[in-house]
Parts: sequence; structure tokens; C-alpha cells
Amino acid sequence: MGILLLIFIVNISLGSVYIPLKQLFLAFINGEVEKESWRSILFDYRLPKAITAIIVGSGLSISGLLMQTLFRNPLAGPFVLGISSGASLGVAILILGSSFLGATAAGYAFSNWGQAIAASVGSFLVLSAVMLAAIKVRNTMSILIIGLMFGSLTASVISVLAYFSSANQLQQYLFWSFGSLGNLSWNEISSLLVVFLIGITFVIFIIKPLNSLLLGENYAKSMGVNVKRTRNLTLISTSLLTGVITAFSGPIAFIGLAVPHLTKLLFSTSNHKILVPAVAISGAIIMLICDSIAQLPTSEYTLPINAITSLFGAPIIIWLLVRKRKINY
Amino acid sequence: MELKDQHIIKTVNLNIGYASKKKVNTIASNLNIELGKGKLVCLLGKNGIGKSTLLRTLTKVQPALSGEIFINNNNLKTLNSIDLAKSLSLVLTEHLPESNLTVYELVALGRQPYTNWVGNLSETDLQFIDNALEQTNTKHLINSKYYELSDGQLQKVVIARALAQNTDLIILDEPTAHLDIHHTVETFALLKQLAKEFNKTIIISTHEINLALQLADILWLMMPSNFMADTTENLIENNCLDQLFESELISFNKTLKQFTVSNSY
Repeated sequence: MGILLLIFIVNISLGSVYIPLKQLFLAFINGEVEKESWRSILFDYRLPKAITAIIVGSGLSISGLLMQTLFRNPLAGPFVLGISSGASLGVAILILGSSFLGATAAGYAFSNWGQAIAASVGSFLVLSAVMLAAIKVRNTMSILIIGLMFGSLTASVISVLAYFSSANQLQQYLFWSFGSLGNLSWNEISSLLVVFLIGITFVIFIIKPLNSLLLGENYAKSMGVNVKRTRNLTLISTSLLTGVITAFSGPIAFIGLAVPHLTKLLFSTSNHKILVPAVAISGAIIMLICDSIAQLPTSEYTLPINAITSLFGAPIIIWLLVRKRKINY
Repeated sequence: MELKDQHIIKTVNLNIGYASKKKVNTIASNLNIELGKGKLVCLLGKNGIGKSTLLRTLTKVQPALSGEIFINNNNLKTLNSIDLAKSLSLVLTEHLPESNLTVYELVALGRQPYTNWVGNLSETDLQFIDNALEQTNTKHLINSKYYELSDGQLQKVVIARALAQNTDLIILDEPTAHLDIHHTVETFALLKQLAKEFNKTIIISTHEINLALQLADILWLMMPSNFMADTTENLIENNCLDQLFESELISFNKTLKQFTVSNSY
């Protein structure tokens, strides 16, 4: 928790405009700052971005943890259910297909809300298709494969769309797929937060059955756990968390897969009562660090967040694995 | 209250097997089993005869084709999953998925049917976990991760988890399949002791026939044409064991009370 607070302060103190730390604290304590522009940078830009980073980091990490336990597969992440592919498809149709859809769509294509709605609708549709298939199959592993199949299906549709689009549209789509934590208004953040909290509430109720799923579905059943209900609740909370995050900040890779592993290695436990809060906090911390790195080159430019998460995250995971040699999920 | 007709498990005209839309594949029919407290039962039969199907049906993993099953005088069909978990615990053959669970956490999971919605352990729960560890002699292992254990130790820990679940009936599916002879005997001795001292009813499906003959109170013999359930002595007396394997290679030696390889080989 202490680390989280520290990183949070570091994060909002960094940016293309230098603001002294003293002024930063003053701004929060009594709202007085030397320059009005600093105040605007802090409250309209940096603070929303830091809060978004915390929600995105912890939401994706918790989703990843749930998926890894449910599928008993270390490669499972928040996007295995086709959420990211669905969102990508929605945004791709909006941006790349806007020339076919007419002028009104073209107007929406470049707005935040337009992309968020397209992403939500897309992920909802693909997720529903995966869920329908999931109801039909009993085997949890099959759901994993079905999710991956939907992923490649949407990827190919996007390829076809991309093939027929202009360079300008491609660039716009590419920027969305880089992921971004900034550009969110307080309004958008509050919708993000509300859905996030609903998702977390579901998670709290499945902590106990998730622990028994660590012994496999058959043992869980023999201990009175309703495996199907647990599975559905897990899928619902994951889709809420990942869906809303992807809608507002794009498909942010790696965090959901890596943070649960990192946390399990550090805490050396599988107990979800410890893991869920630990993963949430680690996810928030790592997301804030990644965001700080992304804007560190004190220039006008901010690097794409997706590049940073993998660029710095992957070597850390590899190093931890080589050192500890054993990873469990 | 010890009623005379108090059965831990009882079946009435039970038919087991698999039913699909096209056809019904009956594995065994007309099973009438009655079992009281504190009995060690070994379920014997050759590979593929349907031992697992029987156990899966008795534990409500798969439905019976017809007939009734009663556990603690409750019909299995109407028993909800929590109440079932409080009267019946399992030890499965399958390997546990990898995780960071410690031995203590693994055994404590046995208390899940009793704990509240977040799974907090009460005084009573701690007591049951402690007893289970004591009875299986696994107390010294509690802080180890379960993947660090040998197969023999792990088997004891998994049995401890079933004990922590505090059920009258424990069903084990081939519990000694991965064990050497020393640990196999040790496991059987432990189960015998649990049945005797703590009045547990224990059903084991196993291929350790000679051990079963020495230790089991009751044998269930599954054969292609029929199913027999009786005390070991009666089954030996009535020459029932000879029918277990329809093979020239092995035969039952009544004086040794063991299966032996036929002399001609």
C-alpha cells in the first residue's frame, strides 16, 4: 500500500511540464498553486490518468488471476474469452469501415465515446458468442480453445477490413490498439469506476469456491461447490472488468497475464484471500510504473503504453522464472 | 441414536451405466447394497469392468440409470451438494493441478462445506483439521508445499483432507496406484485403522487383491455377469473369488487365501 502511494505521487509529479513536489502537495492540501496552468495539468490531466492506471492495472490483473485459476492454465489471461478481439473488431469496424458507414460514423470514429461504445458492443457480442458456446460444453478447457478460435476469427476479419482502408484510418486504428491511459474525462472515469466496483463485488463472492477449484473441478464438486455457478460468476466478473477497461483504454496487453504470475512468485501462495488484494495492488503499482516510464523522456511525446508493459514486463518475468525455476498457477 | 437399520449407504435395485439418446449401455444391474458404520470395503474387479462407474454413481458424479441410492438414509437424488459434501468425502486418482497450496491449506479446504461465505475457519474447523493431521500422522508436513511431497506423503495428506471434511463415508478411487509396496501397505493400514478406531465407513476401489483379502471387512466383487457383496470369509468359503478373473493364468488358492499364478506357466 505504501509503495502504491509513493508510485502514485511519483507518477503525477512526472510529465512534460515540470511541477515542483512542494506545489504538488499544496495543490492537494489546500488547492493553492503558483500557476493556474499547473493546477489544470494536475487535476485535468495527470490525476485522471493516474487513477485510470490504477483501475486498469488492478482490474486486468484480477481478471488474469481469475482466468488462470478457472482454466488451471498459466497462459490464460483476461483476453482469452475474446473480449479484446471483440473490442478490436468493434473499433476496427467503426474506424476502418467508417467510409462505408457514411459521414456520421466517420464523425464518431475519432471521438472517445464513439470508440468506447464500439469496443463495448464488439466485446459484448463476441463474448456472448463465446458464452453461448460455453453453456453447451461441459469441459472448461474447451471454453479456452473456443475463446482463442474466436480471437483468430476476428483477427482475420480485421485483416480484411485493414486491407481495404486508407492509411489515415489504419493509423487511427493502430493508435487505439496501442492502448492509452490518458484522454479520459472525469465523467468517463466515473463510469469506469462504477463498473469496476461491480466487477470486484462479484470477485469477492467467488474467493472461497476459487480456492477449492485449486484441487480441480471434481474435488471442488465433492466439497459442495457449485462449479457451474462459480464458472459463470467468474466469466461475468472478468468480462465486466476487462470489457469496460478495454472500451476506455484499448487492449492493454501483458498486465493481465504477467502480474498474477509475478504476485504468486513474490507471495508464494495460492490462497485467493491473499492473492486477490495482492494482485490488485501489484497490478496498480506496475501500471503506474509503466505509465511513468512511458512519459519519462521529459519530452512532448508519450510512448504507447502497450509497448512499455511488454518491453519491461517480459524480461522481469523471464528473470524471475530463471531464478526461482518454478511457477505455479 | 443407533438404529438397527441405520445404513451409511444403501442401494435399491440400482442399475448403473451410460445412457445417450441412441442407446443405453448398462454396466451393472440390480445392485442391492447395504453398508453399516465402521466398515472397510474393497471393490475388486478387472480393468474396465465398471468399478469407476459404480463409484461415480454412488457419489452423484453421474446419474443412475434406475433405482435408488440412500446415503445416511437420505435419498441421493434429493440431497443438495452441501449436505452431500457433509456425508461423503472423496479421494480421487487424478493428479492435483499445480498450485502453491501448503499441506495445511490443502487439508483445511476439506472444511469448505462448513465454513462461511469467505471461508473463515472457526475454532471447530481448526480442531477438525488438527485431528485429521494427527490421525494421518502428517503434522510435521503442514508448512511444506504439497508439490514438495513424495507420492506416499501426498496420499496421506489427501486422505487427511477427506477426514477434515468429517463425513461418515469416505470413498477412495485406487488410492495406491502410484505407490510402492511399503506405502501401499501403510495406506491400507491407515484406512483400516480409521475404519476401526473412528468408525468411518471406507470404500476403496483397488487392484491390491491380496491386501484387500487380508484387511477388508467386506469385499465387493464386480464380475461381467454379476455383483457380489459379502464378508471376505463368506466369499472365500463359497468359492466366489475364483470367478473374479476368467483366466487360466491366475487362480484363487483357498488354503493360502491368495491369488496365485497357475502352475502351468
